[in-house]
Amino acid sequence: MSYLNPGLPVPVAAPDGLDTPFWEAAANGVLMLQVCEDCGYHQWGPEWVCHQCHSENVSFKEIEPRGRIYSYERVWHPVHPALNEQGPYLIVLVEFPNYNNARMVGNLLGDPEQEVVIGASVEAVFEHHRDNDPAYTLIQWQIAAD
Amino acid sequence: MSRTIRGKVAVVGLGETQYYKRGQSPDAEFKLALKAIISACADAGISPKKVDGFASFSNDRSDPSRLAAALGCDDLRFANMQWGGGGGGGSGAIANAAAAIATGMAECVIVFRALAQGQFGRFGQGPRSNTTSGAGAFTVPYGLMSPAQSFAMKVNRFMHDHDVKQEALRAISLASYHHAQNNPRAVMHGRPLDEAKYDESRWIVEPFHLFDCCLENDGAAAMLLVSAERAKDFPNKPTYILSALSGSHYRAGASAHNTPDYATSTFKTTVPRLYDMAELGPKDVQVAQVYENFTGGVLMSIVEHGFCEPDACNEFFTKENLIAPDGELPTNTSGGNLAECYMHGLGLNIEAVRQLRGESTNQVKNVDVSLVASGPMVTPVSSSIFGSEATL
Repeated sequence: MSYLNPGLPVPVAAPDGLDTPFWEAAANGVLMLQVCEDCGYHQWGPEWVCHQCHSENVSFKEIEPRGRIYSYERVWHPVHPALNEQGPYLIVLVEFPNYNNARMVGNLLGDPEQEVVIGASVEAVFEHHRDNDPAYTLIQWQIAAD
Repeated sequence: MSRTIRGKVAVVGLGETQYYKRGQSPDAEFKLALKAIISACADAGISPKKVDGFASFSNDRSDPSRLAAALGCDDLRFANMQWGGGGGGGSGAIANAAAAIATGMAECVIVFRALAQGQFGRFGQGPRSNTTSGAGAFTVPYGLMSPAQSFAMKVNRFMHDHDVKQEALRAISLASYHHAQNNPRAVMHGRPLDEAKYDESRWIVEPFHLFDCCLENDGAAAMLLVSAERAKDFPNKPTYILSALSGSHYRAGASAHNTPDYATSTFKTTVPRLYDMAELGPKDVQVAQVYENFTGGVLMSIVEHGFCEPDACNEFFTKENLIAPDGELPTNTSGGNLAECYMHGLGLNIEAVRQLRGESTNQVKNVDVSLVASGPMVTPVSSSIFGSEATL
């Protein structure tokens, strides 16, 4: 399963190692955020210190792979040759209310021309590309069943 | 009030090259920069050799030391780059130049921006590498990589929160194209836009139609700044910097769209400081140039500069309210980034000064206070307010 046509740049862990645990977990179907071991605050994107208490003792922890749509956009104009035949597609910004309102960007699965409701509950779908070199996993979203 | 630049620095020279559709400049980018600077000096009646400082933004490639060598500048004292923010640095570069002059670090400073997207690649295209890492890894693989795609979700959320209709964005585009029809320098001169043409234009990314998006151009623009004391010795009507500054709110740069206050043009924290320094308020502003990367950014900028309540956008944003000479807030009177030229917003600052000189092609009557908002939705953003001698 691949939401977008192949050929876009694929994600790899940062050379400085900042986000390696996130990508390793994603490959195993686990969604993680960065959390401060000292004050417990969740933050995203990852950073070397906690922006609340400035502790360097930050790590990655599994979270419940559910959130709600904070905003979205429907893209029509391709800005990369890989998307020339794609047609419209949906990008959602998903917020995690239980994790200090951290947010992640992904695609909303399903009909690209569906009506999107801000505030709707969504759940993560792991889009694995294990045969690619390098292998990678995207975190996609679908409207939650309940 | 010693810690201010209000009234201490004036704009005495304006220079622009011809503006071209991207890729069509016959001149190299560095030559465009030189031409705009020489033109600004000629407008001021001063030799480029007397320029002793350069300020720019958005990692402009025209290095000040090479510029000073090419122009034979006698004494380089100030070489400044405003970090980050793309077009958000337009007024910030002016602020930096003004601060250098006000504090005696330099006397005669050029603020400039040069762009040859044909020579160096376009803004509106995604990366062509096979992999992406760092902040890009959390957006690019999902097809979120161009400026329009980076900002549309902010605008969608703002429109959702305040029930803003598409017609409000359309009015901004119509006003810019209206003004461009009177401006022979405008790339879109002779190419008018009406409601039907806007409505029928293709989506780029909702809520942006084609005509909600800025142009991509080649060219260069420059402004020459000196102290207020010296300004009276120059041939043009002096136009004074009443305020210019930059900034952004709490964690505006948090990656993967994680800034807590998301649906904003980024001006909420800078605007109070802007008006404090100017010792003016939005009611004193007679004409505004508001950076259009996309019309949604203009809308939020105008709200956050205090001209319109967020829940009153559908009433405020009409073409009639936004056009010179008699609109409630004549906006982007040169045609701006949508219809004159995308010179990363420096052209907007030039138009703001032109309005004070009485030289705009869409002149507002008796302008004493002229405002520019640079680069909404990025971080940092910046704004500037220019005034006539009567405002000092």
